[in-house]
Amino acid sequence: MSYLQIRNVWKTYEDNVILEKLTFSVEKGEFCTLIGPSGCGKSTFLRMLLGQESTSRGKILLEGKELSIEPDSDRGVVFQKYTLFPHLKALENVMLGLELERSPLLGKVFGPSRRKIKEEAMEMLESVGLGSSAAKYPSELSGGMQQRLSLAQALVKNPKILLLDEPFGALDPGSRGDMQELVRNLWKSHNLTVFMVTHDVKEAFELGTRLLVFDKVRIDPHAPGAYGATLVNNIKLDKKERKKGGNDDVNTYETSLA
Amino acid sequence: MRLINLKPGRYSSFLGVLPFLILAVVYLVASDARHALNEEDKLLPTFEALWDAVKMMVAEPDEMTGEPILYTDTLASLKRIGEGLGIAAAIGLVLGIVQGVLPLFRSLLSPFSAIVSLIPPMAVLPILLVIFGMDEPAKVALIAIGVAPFLVRDTQQRCMELSDELLIKVQTLGGSTWQIILRVVLPHVMPRLLDALRLSLGSAWLFLIAAEAIAASEGLGYRIFLMRRYMEMDVILPYVAWITLLAFIMDWILVLIIRKGFPWYRKEKA
Repeated sequence: MSYLQIRNVWKTYEDNVILEKLTFSVEKGEFCTLIGPSGCGKSTFLRMLLGQESTSRGKILLEGKELSIEPDSDRGVVFQKYTLFPHLKALENVMLGLELERSPLLGKVFGPSRRKIKEEAMEMLESVGLGSSAAKYPSELSGGMQQRLSLAQALVKNPKILLLDEPFGALDPGSRGDMQELVRNLWKSHNLTVFMVTHDVKEAFELGTRLLVFDKVRIDPHAPGAYGATLVNNIKLDKKERKKGGNDDVNTYETSLA
Repeated sequence: MRLINLKPGRYSSFLGVLPFLILAVVYLVASDARHALNEEDKLLPTFEALWDAVKMMVAEPDEMTGEPILYTDTLASLKRIGEGLGIAAAIGLVLGIVQGVLPLFRSLLSPFSAIVSLIPPMAVLPILLVIFGMDEPAKVALIAIGVAPFLVRDTQQRCMELSDELLIKVQTLGGSTWQIILRVVLPHVMPRLLDALRLSLGSAWLFLIAAEAIAASEGLGYRIFLMRRYMEMDVILPYVAWITLLAFIMDWILVLIIRKGFPWYRKEKA
């Protein structure tokens, strides 16, 4: 049985169909990149995976069990921005997830177990290259560093799936490249299962092992809301083959999309 | 050069003092003029008379209490305003967070607190006096009732400006409602509540003085309204200056608490 199964999932708001007939499955350790024109429901789909929105029809199963209808620690997330706690220093931002787990009443850990958590968080912080900024507040970090911190914060909880909603959308090209490299390395070293929404087709091809393309296939001009978007392409990106074929492969994919 | 481009530079602090100096000079001239016409003038007492009055209220023990009047009045008033503001802040914090973070309770309580906040607090004073008589609770309650609605609504707003992304993130970190309130909402709200408290200092003093004027046997507001009957401007004027100074110090203490207690707050805003 597949790690994550999407079974005939629909999303409707009143009469408007946003997503329809989504059925596919994803294995553990895959890096799925979600692309498609704006308004095609890829972010809606990500929010459903997250538990921020419910499915109108159908089921999403993670390891055979239906996803909880509210966000929980099975799923980690990095948004484009606004996901750091401004009153906590970088290290404390990473520690928070561990503290909440260990101290249900206060959400804060003291004494020797705090030291242990601190070490664990520090290790995570170093793995995203922020070791030297541990004592800084988020507002003192650059955009790229804030996104690194946000990643560390999510990863320290060992989420079963990691959801990235245009995580590099607000970054300049330089730090965007660094971040892509970092995400790729973390994905490999932590054996993560990743879903990433992006507008950057090149990024989607380079990072992903599976490309999920969302679009509307049926359009009724008299009732724009009657049909929703769905998965139009589910492409397994075989990295080895791509290397052999060079850029030509990418072009074939792109023409097949068009 | 255009006026909008003229900067005060090193004269800045002098310019700040200037209005005070002008006020003092105008007062002095006017007071002299009135005393030239009438030796017994009570409206604008001379600086000597003011000084004598200040010495009296600071140094001479009162017959009733055995303490100087300024001392007993200040203590009584500060206790009332402190208790009133403390109660208001507690109500604002709890109700504001509950209404701001929990949609169920927002639906339950928001219409009610919106209506309650429209009741003019001064109109409630007679009711408080009927219930509590001349005792302390009436005055404390007036301040609390006067200030709390603003703090509740402000705190609710501050909670609601927490981004959805942040609240979802903390849920994915495994936070329960209680933990989220404790570790995310409370730190977000506290410095903002203190800011709101600074804004309410003015109305808190208004309610204090009004309550003391109507029903008290000591206190800063009680004293100035008592002295008004005898036109004792030499006591009233220093009292008003003293009340102003106290208000200023309270504001300054709140600023210090915000700055020392929440160092990230200003960085976040910047």
